[in-house]
Amino acid sequence: MSAHYRRTQVDAAAWEEAADALVAGETTLLSLWAEIGCVHMAVLDETGPDAAAGGGRIAILSLDCPDACFPSVGRRHPPAIRLERAVRDLFGLVPEGLPDTRPWLDHGRWGEESVPAAAYPFLPVEGDGLHQIPVGPVHAGIIEPGHFRFTCDGETVVRLEERLGYVHKGIDHLLAGAPLPAAARIAARVSGDSTVACSLGFARAVEQGLDIAPPLRAVWLRAVMAEVERLANHLGDWGAICNDAAFSLMLAHCGVLRERVLRTAATCFGHRLMMDRVVPGGVAVDLDAAGLAALHDLVALLRARVPPLVKLYDDTASLQDRTVGTGRVSPALVAQFGAGGFVGRAAGRAFDARRAIGDAPYDALSFEVPVLQAGDVNARVWVRIREIEQSLSLLEQLLRGLPTGPLRIPDDDLPRGSGEGLALVEAFRGDLFVWVRLEAGQVRRCHLRDASWFQWPLLEAAIEGNIVADFPLCNKSFNCSYSGHDL
Amino acid sequence: MLKHLLQGLRRPLTEAAPDADPALADLAATLDATARRRLGRSLAIRQVDAGSCNGCELEIHALSNALYDLERFGLHVVASPRHADVLLVTGPVTKNMREALERTWRATPDPKWVVAVGDCGADGGVFKGSYAVEGGVAAAIPVDLVIRGCPPTPTQLLQGLLALLTPPEPPPSAG
Ligand code: SF4
Repeated sequence: MSAHYRRTQVDAAAWEEAADALVAGETTLLSLWAEIGCVHMAVLDETGPDAAAGGGRIAILSLDCPDACFPSVGRRHPPAIRLERAVRDLFGLVPEGLPDTRPWLDHGRWGEESVPAAAYPFLPVEGDGLHQIPVGPVHAGIIEPGHFRFTCDGETVVRLEERLGYVHKGIDHLLAGAPLPAAARIAARVSGDSTVACSLGFARAVEQGLDIAPPLRAVWLRAVMAEVERLANHLGDWGAICNDAAFSLMLAHCGVLRERVLRTAATCFGHRLMMDRVVPGGVAVDLDAAGLAALHDLVALLRARVPPLVKLYDDTASLQDRTVGTGRVSPALVAQFGAGGFVGRAAGRAFDARRAIGDAPYDALSFEVPVLQAGDVNARVWVRIREIEQSLSLLEQLLRGLPTGPLRIPDDDLPRGSGEGLALVEAFRGDLFVWVRLEAGQVRRCHLRDASWFQWPLLEAAIEGNIVADFPLCNKSFNCSYSGHDL
Repeated sequence: MLKHLLQGLRRPLTEAAPDADPALADLAATLDATARRRLGRSLAIRQVDAGSCNGCELEIHALSNALYDLERFGLHVVASPRHADVLLVTGPVTKNMREALERTWRATPDPKWVVAVGDCGADGGVFKGSYAVEGGVAAAIPVDLVIRGCPPTPTQLLQGLLALLTPPEPPPSAG
């Protein structure tokens, strides 16, 4: 089973009606993107009669824009604002009525004429005694580039404004017209920490578009890789968050465990991050007996080593003092933005694509989706901890039930057909949406929407009222992707 | 509990230094001998992401874990270009990052070296040819050493950085 959806060509009135439903909270925005002369919006019905069955709950609405404009959804539904700004930057379609007319990904650098950085108008701030702290794009640590503009009253952050787009590589453009193997390599590099999830989303969307099904063993091996990727990232985040709360012992331990995960990935699949291992039509490598044994060893190691670290986290009052109550996001905001991953699940939104969409093999596996309500740094840590435990259980089930058989449909045997497909997969940081249209076996248009699109804006809300010194901690607890967002 | 966990780290986890990669040693041989003498056995490294997919950053990060323990080689990561000897630059250099990269380079005091990391840093990798990228670090600032890979493994990164510190073998003297 895969993400079923219907795509409907609509007129402006129906487009506005869909926006009404978003505003009313009846549906959740999955993404909004464009092609030349046409804009698409994907919505998820989390409440409708089909919701429980998992089918027919994703709808795509397509609106032709003969006059190069469309009614803005963002003017009434804030989660669409940045997506619409990006649509205008990349496709020249104007979201009519969108109050924020500033470019988003386009920094004025793509043409011959270069616009100096100072030209970007940050939101004005008024008030006595406020001061601003500009940070980035180059940050102090080994992290991706972006700009943060803090407005502070003493130590307290009154407003954070993000400016992103620094790592925009033109991925949409590179994908258009690319043959499948080349497109798959680009999709795998949308966000390196989620390379398995990106490849998986791309492969599934393509397979739906070509109406083919990968062999069963490949489906299971993909899930093995996806859970290994989740483990590596959650362990890395857990250590890094604690380190930003000045508790470096956790980083030391988690760093070692993360390294064990990556080495196991290299042993099993020949690449530490498992890049290019999931491909349209199946997987590129098999798991041999040595790999299987290495994975069993890894699970056993983590089963032994994680619980003491959980206890350490739970027992260290000085650490909890930093994480509890810090960087809080309200369940209402999370629901409005349809924020996924640990950001959503730490604040009451139970959505997990593995459960909600139920793609194989997850429909045959038993696992829990941990959900907390507090919405603070601590809750985001706990969601990760519980998900580490769930991923270990999933790996045990996957290794036990791994079917035998072929690994992939060879590239040469993939149909050279046309069609379109959609996938919604659960990356470690949340649901990743992929939509692809193929023509004669080549990508015509591919849109990937990382979970970060709906998490970045909430970071601005989370830091409000916190002290500047807690920003690294809040930021790390979100760990949004820059590359996955900037494309 | 805490004691137990601290003990856990006291066991030597750190692994032996990787063997030198002859290809990289050749590249690094072009480094000026005086500069090398001035550097001694210490390098302050500033990492700059100039449009990476973040894969390279993950592996650079891994260099600091207990198994690679970068600092034992005299290599340490600094927070400001003004404290750096080496800029470790990843990514295909997006047009949107070019100015920030150039300014970081200008803020780094001489003598300085630039290491381009990853296939992207080398020539733009899979993003080569896009309207939004320059196509490699050398398109923006002078590059002294290239460490290829997508991403290069921590071992490959270490080999590359150590090549900067290790003087090349003297040429075999005749007779
Ligand atoms: S070289 Fe590979 S891992 Fe490094 S930034 Fe480029 S695509 Fe990512």
